[in-house]
Parts: sequence; C-alpha cells; structure tokens
Amino acid sequence: MHLDHPETYPQRHAPALSAPDPRPDGRRRALRVGFGGPVGSGKTATVAALCRLLRDELSIGVVTNDIYTREDAEFLLRHAVLPPERISAVETGACPHTAIRDDISANLEAIEDLEEAVGPLDLVLVESGGDNLTATFSRGLVDAQAFVIDVAGGDKIPRKGGPGVSTADLLVVNKTDLAPLVGADLEVMARDAKAQRGDLPVVFTSLAQADGIAPVATWVRTRLAAWTAAA
Amino acid sequence: MTTTAGASAALLVLADGRFPAGGHAHSGGVEAAVRAGRLDDAAALERFCRGRLHTCGLVAAGLAAAAATGHDPLALDEAADARTPSPALRATARKLGRQMMRAARAAWPSAALDDLAAARPRGAHQPVVLGVAAASAGLGPPDAARAAAHESVSGPATAAVRLLGLDPFEATAVLARLAPEVDAVTAHALRRAERVAAEGTDALPAASAPLLDILAEHHAAWPVRLFAS
Repeated sequence: MHLDHPETYPQRHAPALSAPDPRPDGRRRALRVGFGGPVGSGKTATVAALCRLLRDELSIGVVTNDIYTREDAEFLLRHAVLPPERISAVETGACPHTAIRDDISANLEAIEDLEEAVGPLDLVLVESGGDNLTATFSRGLVDAQAFVIDVAGGDKIPRKGGPGVSTADLLVVNKTDLAPLVGADLEVMARDAKAQRGDLPVVFTSLAQADGIAPVATWVRTRLAAWTAAA
Repeated sequence: MTTTAGASAALLVLADGRFPAGGHAHSGGVEAAVRAGRLDDAAALERFCRGRLHTCGLVAAGLAAAAATGHDPLALDEAADARTPSPALRATARKLGRQMMRAARAAWPSAALDDLAAARPRGAHQPVVLGVAAASAGLGPPDAARAAAHESVSGPATAAVRLLGLDPFEATAVLARLAPEVDAVTAHALRRAERVAAEGTDALPAASAPLLDILAEHHAAWPVRLFAS
C-alpha cells in the first residue's frame, strides 16, 4: 500500500470534486483527520476531548458517521463540545466503513457544507461509526487518520493487526486506567503495536484523567502545523 | 444520440452498485416498510420492488432518458419536483443527485455536467443527473433509462438483505425475475421521453406511489434509523 510521507500532503483532487485547496484567499483548506476503531473504544470521547481542548484556538468542524443515525452527533451536542452548527451527522445505511472508505461522497458533502456554513475551518474531525479492525478511511476523505482501540477490548488487538492497527497514522490505545482491572498488559500492547507499525506513532491515553487527551492533541497540532507549512 | 464504442461497458460502471454515488445509505422505502410490517420475506420484497419499479422506477427512467437525450436538465428537474410530492423524497433525490454529480464528474467530465452542477449546487434530482452522466459517458437514452429502472429495485433489494438478513441469493433472484419488467419499463419510459421534444415535459410518466410517499415522511421523522431514506 502506498503511504504518504507524514510531512507532505499532495493535492489529490481536482477542485470540481472536493473543496479547493488552497482556498481562493490563498489559505489551505481545513486539515481533515479521521478517527476510526471498534465500537466502544472511545472515539467519540476522544473527539469530544479534542474539541474541548482545541476549540478556543482553532475553528473546528466535526462529521460523525453513525451506524444508527445521529447517536454520536447527539452525544457531542449533549455535551456541548461545539456549537450545533459545527457538527454534522452522515447517515451510513448500516455500513460506516462504506461511507468512510468506498463511497465517501456524503462525507465530502458534509465537510463542504460545514465549511460553507461556519467556515473558514482550520480542522475537521471525521469520526467513523464503530466498526471492525479492517475499517480505514479513504485518503480521498481525510489527510491523516487515527485508529482508536482500548485496553478493555483485549490486549491481543495490536497483535491481531489489520489495516487500522497497522497503517493508521496514529494508533491510540485508550482507557489505560482500566488495564489493571481487565488484566491487560500495556507493555505487550506496546511491543505488538511496534511490531505491526514500525515507526508509526502509538499513544496510550486515559481520558478519565485530567488532560488525558494531551498525547492525541499534540499529534493533531503537529499534523496541522505540517499541513499549514506545506501550503 | 448514438451509443459510442465502449459505451456498453460504461453502462456497467454507471449501474454498478459500488459506483460511489451514495446509494448504499438508502433503502428506497424498505426500512420503513419493514418497520410497518409490510415486508418480511423475499416474496414481499418482490411485490415491493415491482410496485416501486412501475411507479418511481418508471418516472425516474423517463427523466433519465429525456436528460440523456439532451433536453434541458433544469426543466426536467422541475418536472421531477412536480412528480415528487413528498418533501422528504425531494430532499433525498437532490442529495443523491449531488452525490451522483460528484462521481460522474470524476468518471466522465463534461461541460454538460459542469453546467448542471453550477446551476444546481445543492443537487438536481438524481435521475436527471444520471441521464446527463449517461450522455457524458457516451451512453444513449435507452441505457440511461435502463440504469434508472434497475436502480429503482436494486437498492431496495440490497437494503432488504441488510435489514432482514434475507438470503442474498433469494434477493438476487428477485432482481433476475424482475429483469424483463425492467426492460419493459425502460421501453415505456423511452416512448414517453421521445415525445418531450414535441409536447414538453408533461409527456413524461407521472406515476405515483402514495404509500412510498407516506412511508418516506414517517421514516424521515424517526430519531433512530439505519438508512438515510
């Protein structure tokens, strides 16, 4: 599989097919970051924590892809992590992986509509509905993607691999606070992840702790800086 | 308009269920029909699809054929609105039209598609876009009509497999049994589309399916659903 060099993002679309980059004013379009992973691993909580941390410094939009309509979008609305007009829910016909990988048209439209309604945006977070270990985002939809797993899902997940674990630009191992309770060995997870991913980064998070999102936020800020610098 | 060399294979690309134009997220009314207890097996799916084919499918095929002929897509878009009483279904048709437009412009770029996209940035009705896309692909009105008629039943059949756990072989057999009727609806739609030049868009089929309209309005109001329509 071809993987982009982490520092550069070649333009992939004719303007007719996706948002123009750069924009007419010369600025780059918003960086699009996908969050995928199995059901219950903490994707929505991760997106919510990112929004809370970054919303005062960045103009953010969120697109959710639910299995059931609007469940995740409503979580974000209920917790008021962003104003409602900055959150859009894509309906996926029971197949979130199709909407983020095989037929990305509804997601591209949702992003363009957010940009039109509340833009210019700096950052768009695209959250997949919980899916299996093979679900990854199309590179036509996002510029970078994180795959979120959790220790309670079993410390064997990194060893099992799959496209999400082995190729995502960032692997997030969430709920580390639960590790002692579920008998998960974080060192084994780190070692197996390293074997699957080589030099691609892995972060361990516990959103139950204050500033638990910091490692993911640091990664997002780094990607955004590289994106902006590559204008 | 004549079909150009290689255009037959282009039809396979356009009508492929994996063509990335948003169809996978729509059930064509099947989800609402299942919830209402009106559809629970392959026999019911066949009845549902037959009804949809001869109403929505015929209307879509007529619009697609006329658009592929080169008639004014904006007039056809208005004709589509007039034939779609349900606001939910109008919104769905435009949403799918916008998605079809993106895929078609990537696959078969043309001035006709660019013009329609500029005139209807929020999306024209899907069958109209399908017809313009077919022409851009070098296909003629018969292929455009056939693709629209086929789509009117293939989407619901796929959705029934997901919603009911229906045997996928049975669902495919339903589509195979309906194929001669898809051809008949295509022929009917073509005859009507040929009259548009002389009589205007009123000549196009205007069959309606009131129960699908009602189900669509109910469905659009559900807080939780698997399909967008």
